[in-house]
Amino acid sequence: MTTGDEDAAITADGLRKRYGAVQAVDGVSLTVRRGEFFGLLGPNGAGKTTTLEILEGLREPDEGAATLFGERPWPRNPRLLPRIGVQLQASAFFERLTAHEQLAAFASLYGVGARRAEEMLARVGLTEFAGTQAEKLSGGQAQRLSIACALVHEPELVFLDEPTTGLDPQARRNLWDLLREINADGRTVVLTTHYLDEAEILCDRVAVMDHGKVLRTGPPAALIRELDAPTRISVPSGALSAAEARAALGDDVEVVDDGVSLVLATREPAPVLALLGARGELHGLQVRGGTLEDVFLHLTGREFRE
Amino acid sequence: MKAFLSLSRSLLVSNARDRTWLFFTVLFPLMFLLLFGVLFKGGSAAHSTVLQVGPVSVLDRMTPAQRAELGRSLTIKRDDNLSDALKQVRDGTDDGALQQTASGQLLLHFSAGDATRAATVQGLVDAVVQQANQDATGRPPAWTLTTAQVEDQSTKPIQYLTPGLLGWAIATSGTFSAALTLVAWRRKRILRRLRLAPVSLTAVVAAPTAVTLVVALVQTAVFLGVATLPYYGLRLTGDWWLAVPLVLSGSVCFMSIGLLAGSFAKTENAAQSVAQLIVLPMAFLSGSFFPLDFAPGWVQSVAQVMPLHHLSAAMQDVLSRGKGVDAALPTIGGLLALAVVLCAVSLRLFRWDDA
Ligand SMILES: Nc1ncnc2c1ncn2[C@@H]1O[C@H](COP(=O)(O)OP(=O)(O)OP(=O)(O)O)[C@@H](O)[C@H]1O
Ligand SMILES: [Mg+2]
Repeated sequence: MTTGDEDAAITADGLRKRYGAVQAVDGVSLTVRRGEFFGLLGPNGAGKTTTLEILEGLREPDEGAATLFGERPWPRNPRLLPRIGVQLQASAFFERLTAHEQLAAFASLYGVGARRAEEMLARVGLTEFAGTQAEKLSGGQAQRLSIACALVHEPELVFLDEPTTGLDPQARRNLWDLLREINADGRTVVLTTHYLDEAEILCDRVAVMDHGKVLRTGPPAALIRELDAPTRISVPSGALSAAEARAALGDDVEVVDDGVSLVLATREPAPVLALLGARGELHGLQVRGGTLEDVFLHLTGREFRE
Repeated sequence: MKAFLSLSRSLLVSNARDRTWLFFTVLFPLMFLLLFGVLFKGGSAAHSTVLQVGPVSVLDRMTPAQRAELGRSLTIKRDDNLSDALKQVRDGTDDGALQQTASGQLLLHFSAGDATRAATVQGLVDAVVQQANQDATGRPPAWTLTTAQVEDQSTKPIQYLTPGLLGWAIATSGTFSAALTLVAWRRKRILRRLRLAPVSLTAVVAAPTAVTLVVALVQTAVFLGVATLPYYGLRLTGDWWLAVPLVLSGSVCFMSIGLLAGSFAKTENAAQSVAQLIVLPMAFLSGSFFPLDFAPGWVQSVAQVMPLHHLSAAMQDVLSRGKGVDAALPTIGGLLALAVVLCAVSLRLFRWDDA
């Protein structure tokens, strides 16, 4: 079964999946091009993992169809398996095997030599823990091992479900480098994440999901521009009082002073910066434009999810 | 093939690091053999030891050949301290103490604590003295008595215990490893992960099977090794190598039972309980621990439908009853046929993951 879209690594058309009363995926359609870095964003329970599982061929959709490189992933498709690498949200290791043994086992399942396993172990910074049993690795170390297992056979298409959850800032940045390298080789990467800065930095395009539906898809920068969020300018409190600022800048600027910073939110930053510059209060100045987080909160709301 | 080898290696390493697994599959059945072997030997020790206290001419004058002959049933040790020797006899460490009095009389001290041992040692020493008397007169005896112990011809406990306990050990490790591996791999999401790797379902099933078969062969070697030690005295008869195909087919059969149990069980504990609930009653009803000769008729009928009963009986036939291929083949066929049926059912119930 092939589709016309030769360029697509992934196509999904009207995917639906229901668990009892929960409609986990409710009509997801998307296309990921070969070589693209694609992010799937959404609050807890939005249906990201379920969508990935359908794409990977772990679950059969109730409705709709998915293809990877033009082939159906369901039922289990042995032609696709060597071409994709998957890191599951909940990691899966052989019991009582060391990090190195796990990785070597996965490598040889894919017909890859043990040398590559060692390289990969070094690449995720676990050489020191090669002899540690997987159960005894810390959460972040286990996460890194799980990612290494997904990448050891150099797949063309990589699915990563919250790869950076639980990683320290160094490991996170190392992983970003690794993923960028993989992507630069022309491999397609699909990830889910709750870190929107990460999605903004890494992804060519993102899809924001909620309640099983895709709310918006596009390059992060385009989504941010589209939102037209105010620019937030802050200086340390005391440099300028809130009353003075309001008087000088008028109603177009929203002014909040929380005792630590004076924050001025506006769609016209020039007069604000001019005022601050004229008063010589540029020390400690921060300017923040709209971010993907603003887009996300705008689309999915600010309330807690049940 | 590569995937199969890699999975088998991982599983073997993972199992070998699991102390509970090692204990229950390898040590536990062996402990039973060692223990039952000793218990059933009981007081009927055919071999006696006698302490020689001081010079005893009938013993001292023996030729090396005579000594060696005597050594088969009687061990002579030297202990010149009489009170020490008597204490050992009283303890039961040795069966008697022999001394020669100043007048040339032979005096045998023995303990009446164990009647069989007392009688044996008296008989043996008496025979030695008779022999010495004859040698002294230089005339051949008018009557000689040759004895033959009846147990040598029929079944000694070890000949019954070895196939029975080995069958039970094979059944336990087969059922447990299949049920536990299936459930643990499913629960730990390993099956789910393997489903995403280019591994055939055949390799996923074959790897634990191969590991269990290797374990079964090791168990067999250890069992036969221990049982044939002179102390336990199992003598292997003609076609004993047939035990190998029997063990392999038995192991496959019990793995298929475990696979079925693992298809239903949700947790490792449940799998373990279900496996135990199947194997232990079956072992008793199949006469793995005690012969069923005196069991009620219905138990003997139930035994006829127990795969373990047929496995043990066929192994007893080839290990200690001198029977051959004719005795083993029907059982091998039956075990494999049952395995095929149960595997087919398990395959229909197979789930890669819980959800
Ligand atoms: N195996 C399952 N059985 C029943 N319900 C499920 C199952 N998996 C997921 N769900 C439900 O489907 C919905 C979507 O879950 P999913 O795991 O896809 O969300 P997610 O976007 O990955 O969330 P998170 O950010 O928390 O990982 C949730 O309401 C969840 O409770
Ligand atoms: Mg998820």
